[in-house]
Amino acid sequence: MIAAHLPVLQIVVPLIAAPICLLLRRGSLAWGLSLAVSLAVLVIAANLLTQVLESGPISYQLGGWAPPWGIEYRIDVLNSFVLLIVAAIGAVVLAYARRSVAQELPESQQSGFYTALLLCLAGLLGVTVTGDAFNLFVFLEISSLSSYVLISMGRDRRALTAAFQYLVMGTIGATFIVIGIGLLYMATGTLNMADLGARLPAAGASRTVLAAFAFLTVGATLKLALFPLHFWLPNAYAYAPSAVTAFLAATATKVSIYILLRFFYTIFGPAFAAADITLQSLLIPLATVAVLVCSTVAIFQNNVKRMLAYSSIAQIGYMMIGIGFGTATGLTAGIVHLFNHALTKGGLFLVLGCVVLRAGSCRLDDLAGLGRRMPLTMFGFVLGGLSLIGVPLTAGFVSKWYLVQAAIEQGNWLVAAAILAGSLLALIYVWRVVEAAYLRPAPENAPEAAEAPWSMLIPAWILIGASVYFGVETSLSVGVASEAARFLLGGAG
Amino acid sequence: MSMLHRHFILRITTKLLMPFILMFALYVQFHGDFGPGGGFQAGVIFGAGFILYALIYGIDAAEKVTPPGLIRAVMALGLLLYVGVGYFGMFLGGAFLDYNVLRHDPVHGQHLGITLVELGVGTTVAATMITVFFSFAGRMRRGKRPE
Repeated sequence: MIAAHLPVLQIVVPLIAAPICLLLRRGSLAWGLSLAVSLAVLVIAANLLTQVLESGPISYQLGGWAPPWGIEYRIDVLNSFVLLIVAAIGAVVLAYARRSVAQELPESQQSGFYTALLLCLAGLLGVTVTGDAFNLFVFLEISSLSSYVLISMGRDRRALTAAFQYLVMGTIGATFIVIGIGLLYMATGTLNMADLGARLPAAGASRTVLAAFAFLTVGATLKLALFPLHFWLPNAYAYAPSAVTAFLAATATKVSIYILLRFFYTIFGPAFAAADITLQSLLIPLATVAVLVCSTVAIFQNNVKRMLAYSSIAQIGYMMIGIGFGTATGLTAGIVHLFNHALTKGGLFLVLGCVVLRAGSCRLDDLAGLGRRMPLTMFGFVLGGLSLIGVPLTAGFVSKWYLVQAAIEQGNWLVAAAILAGSLLALIYVWRVVEAAYLRPAPENAPEAAEAPWSMLIPAWILIGASVYFGVETSLSVGVASEAARFLLGGAG
Repeated sequence: MSMLHRHFILRITTKLLMPFILMFALYVQFHGDFGPGGGFQAGVIFGAGFILYALIYGIDAAEKVTPPGLIRAVMALGLLLYVGVGYFGMFLGGAFLDYNVLRHDPVHGQHLGITLVELGVGTTVAATMITVFFSFAGRMRRGKRPE
């Protein structure tokens, strides 16, 4: 009986746990419940993915109302893959969170923190799972509002302005999305995504539909921080609590990219997105500039968290290059990189959280000599950094391999060169951290820094280890991603 | 707030209006089945009643009526009621939030389901309104970041 309800349980298990967390006043109790819930969510997501791979898309009718009138949860190979990413990152981050949150937040805020984190998780999963365009907006707001709260809980007072900046930009993005959905509803009279996809060709490329396309594209690129709409991201990541940074960096922007894919391919259809609008000429230049400019900016950052935030924007550029090509190889590369980068960047931010716990900050100067005092932590950073650069035998290499292949397939040597240049720039900023940690002596008055506790090291190393593992064994990541790409190009339309 | 001790008209009018505001909120709440209204609007009106009370009689007096801890719990309980109804429908063999299975026939089931769900919405909205007001108003009094 439960198996039939898995699609909705994916959302409502964290949703019912969130208010219970608020009722549990003790931070440690709230953490225990959240961890249990996130593990359950991971099990559900893994189950859904195997179900979809075995027997095709699953549809769930909320409240027993048949689509297209009622809300439908529709799970296919693309979103079950994204579900697995979000759920896995959620479970790892929650396992990690207890010590880090206990140090960075006062006890009185902790149960509220876990409530917001669970709501954010439920919102992100909801965006991914739903087959209803308006429902997607509602879940997007649930995840966004709770992420503003989470960011504002950072220790640094600048976290408040960072959260406010993100709130303004995020709200503009969400408003654009809802305007776009409204216009689509005007043109077709339906909100169900599959139904929209079926009816839009008949509506033709009218001005309403084109405006909807523009609003949705800009709204989604704002949420996923595509250059030049990325200005909210560096501060938000730099000042949020460590666990939140890792969680959001690995999930929030990835889910926004999923939204974009869903709009382009399920609702508008590959033909519309590729041909009528010449998306390629819009997305690829912006994404290429993102790779080059933001990687360069990252080199000049002194706060390592900020450095990685800029690197995230560059990595989003890689994903958007793949999506911009719109070919099977390109989409595969984009989706694989979505997966690989979630692991790598999530792992790197978790490692930085260990550094913050012991060294008190993550400015480059405070990292001096840490290689000797926190060997496991810093070695984790080195491995994650290698994956970020795209060294063979790491996950980053796999995605870049496919990306360069996609570029060459198109004869686009300029973009292929930019991808390689981005890797070189990544080498420079990763090297700056390595140099500080291993080659510089610790300052005289440095605080006594011991290795981070196991409760934090193990989750961080799970993600770092995964980003190495998926550099060698790619049947899950590339296999599912290429199937998702085929599905997007062929099945939906 | 001592200024307001002299404003007899405001104080007495507030006291007179309170039952009507709360009653009207309940009317909007339960009338939502048949006409305009529903949980969100009712919650806002209900919360506005308490906010009016706090404006006239001061935060301390208002916090005696609605202790922050209690309001926080009520906020959570409203959402729990909503999601709980959804789960209950699932345990009775329907889909999540399927009201048809809640009672012996679908019409009564739909009626009960939407009433309970709207009650959950109303409760949470009212509690959230009050909490938002208290956190802003309490900032000045405590002079530090509210919890």
